Amino acid sequence: MKKYRLLIKAVIFILSLVPLFVMVVAAVSETLGPDPAEALAHTSGEWALRFLLLTLLLTPLRLLSKNSEWIRYRRMLGLFAFFYALIHMTVYCVFLLGLQWSSLWDDIIKRPYITAGFAALVLLVPLAVTSTNRWQKTLGKNWVKLHKTIYICVSLALLHFIWQVRSDLSEPVLYIVLFLALMIFRVPAIKAYLLGRA
Amino acid sequence: MLVQRSADILSSEITSESAYLNRRQLMGAAGSLALGAMLSSCAEADSTGKPETSGSSHAGALDYSSAEKQSQSGFYTDEAKTPYKDITAYNNFYEFGTDKSDPRKYADKMVVDPWSITIEGEVSKPGTYTLEDILKPHDLEERIYRLRCVEAWSMVIPWVGLPLSDLIKQFEPTSRAKYVSFETLYRPEEMRGQRSRLSTISWPYTEGLRMDEAMHPLSFLAVGLYGKLMPNQNGAPIRLVIPWKYGFKSIKSIVKIRFTEQLPSTSWNKLAPKEYGFYSNVNPSVDHPRWSQASERRLPSSLLNPRRIKTLPFNGYANQVAGLYKGMDLRRYF
Repeated sequence: MKKYRLLIKAVIFILSLVPLFVMVVAAVSETLGPDPAEALAHTSGEWALRFLLLTLLLTPLRLLSKNSEWIRYRRMLGLFAFFYALIHMTVYCVFLLGLQWSSLWDDIIKRPYITAGFAALVLLVPLAVTSTNRWQKTLGKNWVKLHKTIYICVSLALLHFIWQVRSDLSEPVLYIVLFLALMIFRVPAIKAYLLGRA
Repeated sequence: MLVQRSADILSSEITSESAYLNRRQLMGAAGSLALGAMLSSCAEADSTGKPETSGSSHAGALDYSSAEKQSQSGFYTDEAKTPYKDITAYNNFYEFGTDKSDPRKYADKMVVDPWSITIEGEVSKPGTYTLEDILKPHDLEERIYRLRCVEAWSMVIPWVGLPLSDLIKQFEPTSRAKYVSFETLYRPEEMRGQRSRLSTISWPYTEGLRMDEAMHPLSFLAVGLYGKLMPNQNGAPIRLVIPWKYGFKSIKSIVKIRFTEQLPSTSWNKLAPKEYGFYSNVNPSVDHPRWSQASERRLPSSLLNPRRIKTLPFNGYANQVAGLYKGMDLRRYF
């Protein structure tokens, strides 16, 4: 696996850009339907959430396979989560709000779901900034602590999602279940058990 | 209720040409032209699977008088109409799923012929009537209305139908009738959204109006749009259109109309009373608790031209309907 690391990274990188590519093609060819801003905001937000969950998937994979190689791909997936979250925010500001900054501020303070989404994005910034090897060395043990705030980011993102639901909870509930399943591996006793297996 | 047909019956068998001819012969002279056109259009929509998108001169078109352009009535607006393809491919009809593309994908499973409506409650002529009998005495007319969804998007739609007041008078509500409530078809085997376990709406969907709201000239029952028979996804065969209220008040695919003395319970109000009031008049100064109602996106919008416009009180019909709410605190009775 080590031998192919670069190749695997390249493949993940290209695959991670596919959603963006699909969105751009749909936007340019005008196949997003009568409310394209809404469609783009929804799709980009959902991909941000998916990448957050993919990022959280690597630790369970490491624990289950007892192979730390998985962690090598975590940074890229985390950065893609941030990337799609930024696109999501940009789509919202530019296409949904039409760059009316006063209404953006109104939304952030008045609309709990937007407050939650915005907070999730803001909390991702330090994680993205300190994702480099150098920052990892500089921060030492604190780096791990800092990066555990991703759990808060995902929780806020899920809150952001579920607060927008008008009646059908199936989609956000699916994501919450996936998140909880991934979080089980963070329970110290379970983690210790999986690490201690012969 | 009417006899249910199994879903696997061929759609061509449901409204065959001969059935249409038979029905036409059974009908009286009055209104037969309009209804005959409706039925032939229905047959056509069934056989092709998709409604035609050509002009109103098409053979499948409804027979109706065009919208009265008198400025005070509110029956007509010269704002750009939302294209047929957008009206019929992007809307909420939770009986078929919560995504706005679901109704178009799944509504063809709904059997809309035969159709009957039960009239009950404080009314002199209760009973279950076929749609043909209900429509027979009425001429169809066009109304071009703005439709403002509670989700802050809007459309301009040319409906074809009849004033709700005309239909109400037909059944002679008693003096005790203070409210009128409506119920949508409940048929989980044809409506996949009604089978969803995680949906929090309790079916069947119900809506209601105060009697004076229902009798207002703007209140409308639509059986078609763009001069053609109502597509299933938009609430075939007959739906309510109340242009000064949020879209969810305009209940689709009506099977029951009940006249009551008490305020009827309505679906969204029951689900989230703090978010959806009984009145639900379009009001830019009363926000939905989770989002602003001050503006809307007029569809179709595009990325370069979002068409974000200010929302008007009563969706721009204040001149016609504000009097209905004189003296009421519209923040309290939202």
